[in-house]
Amino acid sequence: MILVEQLSKTYQTTKGSILALDRIDLKVRKGEIFGVIGFSGAGKSTLIRCLNRLEEPDSGRIRIGEDEITQLKGKRLRQARQKIGMIFQHFNLLDGKTVYHNVAFPLAVAGHPRDRIRSRVREILDLVNLSDKEGAYPAQLSGGQKQRVGIARALANDPDVLLSDEATSALDPQTTFSILELLRDINRQLNLTIVLITHELEVLQHICDRMAVIESGRIVETGPVEKLFLNPESETARRFVGVLDQYRARRGIIEGMGAGI
Amino acid sequence: MRDDLFDLLWEGLRETLFMLVWSSFFAVALGLALGIVLVVTDKGHILQAAAINKAFSLLIGGVRSIPFIILIVLLLPVARMIVGTSLGPTAAIVALSIGATPFLGRIVESSLKEVSGGKIEAAIAVGASPLAIIFRVLIPEALPALVRGVTIAIISITELTAVAGAIGAGGLGSLAIRFGYQRFREDIMFATVLVIILLVQTIQWTGDFIAKTIHNRRFKLE
Repeated sequence: MILVEQLSKTYQTTKGSILALDRIDLKVRKGEIFGVIGFSGAGKSTLIRCLNRLEEPDSGRIRIGEDEITQLKGKRLRQARQKIGMIFQHFNLLDGKTVYHNVAFPLAVAGHPRDRIRSRVREILDLVNLSDKEGAYPAQLSGGQKQRVGIARALANDPDVLLSDEATSALDPQTTFSILELLRDINRQLNLTIVLITHELEVLQHICDRMAVIESGRIVETGPVEKLFLNPESETARRFVGVLDQYRARRGIIEGMGAGI
Repeated sequence: MRDDLFDLLWEGLRETLFMLVWSSFFAVALGLALGIVLVVTDKGHILQAAAINKAFSLLIGGVRSIPFIILIVLLLPVARMIVGTSLGPTAAIVALSIGATPFLGRIVESSLKEVSGGKIEAAIAVGASPLAIIFRVLIPEALPALVRGVTIAIISITELTAVAGAIGAGGLGSLAIRFGYQRFREDIMFATVLVIILLVQTIQWTGDFIAKTIHNRRFKLE
């Protein structure tokens, strides 16, 4: 479904150049939820933003479905983007538009007629469980509701792929869980391929089928999610799992003490 | 005496409003276009174009650094060319529009720049064209700030009409100078100032009211 080959990207800063992505190779299968995990500054955000060309890669190739994303320009690129939904950490909803018009935005931009837009928006709002908030403005919603609107907007044009850029990082654990459940439902119902980046291990654990670990702009490990927990190979993966184990051990001790008394 | 005062004021107010409405209309239209160009051609924005950005910036700086009273004189031939006369309120509209456009351009620019990059990226991500981003994202999202900025600009155009009045454009400014200053008619002077204060306050209240209504609709929690 998604094929990334030898993708590289360098940022020029006043202090010199930073290699954000270093010859990334990646394959994502149709219908799977693929997670990319890494610490801050590892390049995961740059990677996902290259997939719909919010960020211009310096070299390499990206293919999504039939589209050679790295070859597209202008109108063809915009049409391809309609089939790649994206959700963001800070939701990026339009404050001046109601929930309805936020979700209608991608459809209006694509030039659909008004009655077609209306039925599609209602359908999608129903899917994300926000039918009663149609007339509300984003400022009147909770974080979880905002992200549901973000998801509805991303799905409006019936995309083949959904990109999730730290979509749950600004949410509390309970809300995170409900958003992840929603993503998994959508993944199953619509057979939608999802690529998500995260720095939270729980996110991978909950919904991802396969994952890649990114470290200083390079993919250092890739495979099924269980592998990361059972047999972490890279330094980053070991540190992630290590932190988790530490907490588990401490909780074990505390609970043990409780039982002893 | 009283009738004479009232007639003079009414005539002056009508001329001022005539100049104000038309020059605000042209200056807002041109300023909006200018502000949009400045924002979208800026570095990292949707239609980045350094040369165009620089050229318009210089143009704005140039026009804004000319004192308005001199700009009017400089634009007399242009006024004659466009409206056929270099005298009266109609001629003044040309200078007022051109003089206020750079100011409005900057106001529009700063309002549109307040729209977060994230919103623009979200629009790009759903395949919106630059034109759709400008008219469906940038302008609607910046609307309260735009209304407040345009209010300030219209008030400063009111001031400029008085300057234009001093050199033959008519209106309340001209009234205050011709009667109040040159003929020592203090009653006319005070009455004129009072009308101008009321006019400016009305503009300010209207602008505030519109901006607040939009803001409350979007951000007030129910």
